[in-house]
Amino acid sequence: MSEESREPIIQLIDVCKSFGDQSVLENVNLDIFEGTTTVIIGPSGTGKSVILKQMMGLLKPTSGRVLVFGQDLSRISKRELQAIRMNFGVLFQNVALFDSMNVFDNVALPLRERTKASEKEIRQNVEEKLALMDLDGVNEKYPAQLSGGMLKRVGLARALVLNPKVIFFDEPTTGLDINKSNEIYRVFYRSQLRFKYTSVIVSHDVPRIFKLTDYVALLADRTIVNSISPEDFQLSKHPAIKSFVETTMGPIYISEEEEADYYEKI
Amino acid sequence: MLARFFGKLGHEILYFLETTGRMGVFLFTCLLCLVTPPYRIRAIIRQTYFIGARSSFVIIFTGLFTGMVLGLQGYYTLRKFGAEGLLGSAVAVSLLRELGPVLTALMVIGRAGSAMCAEIGIMRNSEQIDALETMAIDPYRFVMVPKFGATILSLPFLTFIFNMVGIMGGYLVGVSLLGLTSGAYFQGMYQNVVWDDIEMGLVKSFVFALIVVWVAASKGYHLHLERSGGFGAEGVSRTTTSAVVMSSVLVLVWDYLISAMML
Repeated sequence: MSEESREPIIQLIDVCKSFGDQSVLENVNLDIFEGTTTVIIGPSGTGKSVILKQMMGLLKPTSGRVLVFGQDLSRISKRELQAIRMNFGVLFQNVALFDSMNVFDNVALPLRERTKASEKEIRQNVEEKLALMDLDGVNEKYPAQLSGGMLKRVGLARALVLNPKVIFFDEPTTGLDINKSNEIYRVFYRSQLRFKYTSVIVSHDVPRIFKLTDYVALLADRTIVNSISPEDFQLSKHPAIKSFVETTMGPIYISEEEEADYYEKI
Repeated sequence: MLARFFGKLGHEILYFLETTGRMGVFLFTCLLCLVTPPYRIRAIIRQTYFIGARSSFVIIFTGLFTGMVLGLQGYYTLRKFGAEGLLGSAVAVSLLRELGPVLTALMVIGRAGSAMCAEIGIMRNSEQIDALETMAIDPYRFVMVPKFGATILSLPFLTFIFNMVGIMGGYLVGVSLLGLTSGAYFQGMYQNVVWDDIEMGLVKSFVFALIVVWVAASKGYHLHLERSGGFGAEGVSRTTTSAVVMSSVLVLVWDYLISAMML
């Protein structure tokens, strides 16, 4: 977690999204600030990934605006969108590595396609990122030969390779056990400390993800309820947040006042 | 009842227009990317190896047997009219104008078209296409252009091989088995085959190449928009099947249309 400046680099303004007759998002407003980590939480299948895809320009909102670095994604040309995306790194839910390429080529791909770097520079950069992810000796392996945790770390190495300003994480620890999840959090923390990128995470891993984030945004009833600090989130009196906190975290995370009562009674 | 009928009809028409429009835009974008720099020569060569070179065995095999069966059937039909001497030209003209381009296209659909559709469909399903886009790598240039270039380059060559081997197959049956003289076989061909026959075959193989790669790539790329549900392994298999059927039918329809236009 790094220091924030109050300049939002991504803004969702009254964003609505529907697929056919089905409305998924309604009047979503969310600001992402530079250098911070924001985690979007909420029940499965409510459209968290849809929010992420709108920020990346993969989906266009039905109405409303998505501003990235001040530019409205639905009003810019393909070329301008590509220029914005040069600042993005993405760790997809199922990593989306190219299964016919080995690990090295996967991580090197953005450099080979988007930069004029020499093969020597590419090798140096890729190996540095893989080492940062605690991945040694896997260069020649294919994605199908790696474990889930390793795949995610390769995915993060690929996301980092162009030194992006923003990295999106779509459920980075889903399907991993506690040790593997901790590995991911460790390399995430280490890399963010070093590269100072802004991150937007969609996660189910509540409350552990709270230790890593600056802001928590809850998606409930097709809209973002609030984007507040994890501490405020856990103490919030907003009915949707309160109900989410109680159902997902249980009595350990009851609010301060209630906690006082609880101890007094004992 | 009537309202529901027209509602459904309208819905179908809209869906048809939407799909056709989408595929049209897809084709236009791919061709535009193919002819504008940066050219992906190396990737095109790599794909040509897969689509072209590795298809050559199956093309030689089918070409040989097609020529042999043409020789056999042609011989018995022509003998009724005492015109065995025309066997060479009959085999060559039917191969050059019709069977060469059509059968080559159908074999390439089966071997490479289905593989392309499944490959791109899996890339779509496993978010690899989204990943390319977010890395600011244009999936049209990265994935589609090599396949378009390679197919358009390969199919005329494969058709050429098919025709050559087919003519040799006809020779094998007509001359070696049925006792026609080698001179008669080639003399008839020399006299009767004209540039128009070759031109028609060439035009057809270009158009078929475009149909094969267009349908396969577009179906795979738009897998997630398939009405029947393009999800999972079943979605990929269903879409691949429909791409194979659609491109085969289109090849036959366009075969008729081009013949009608050029005759």
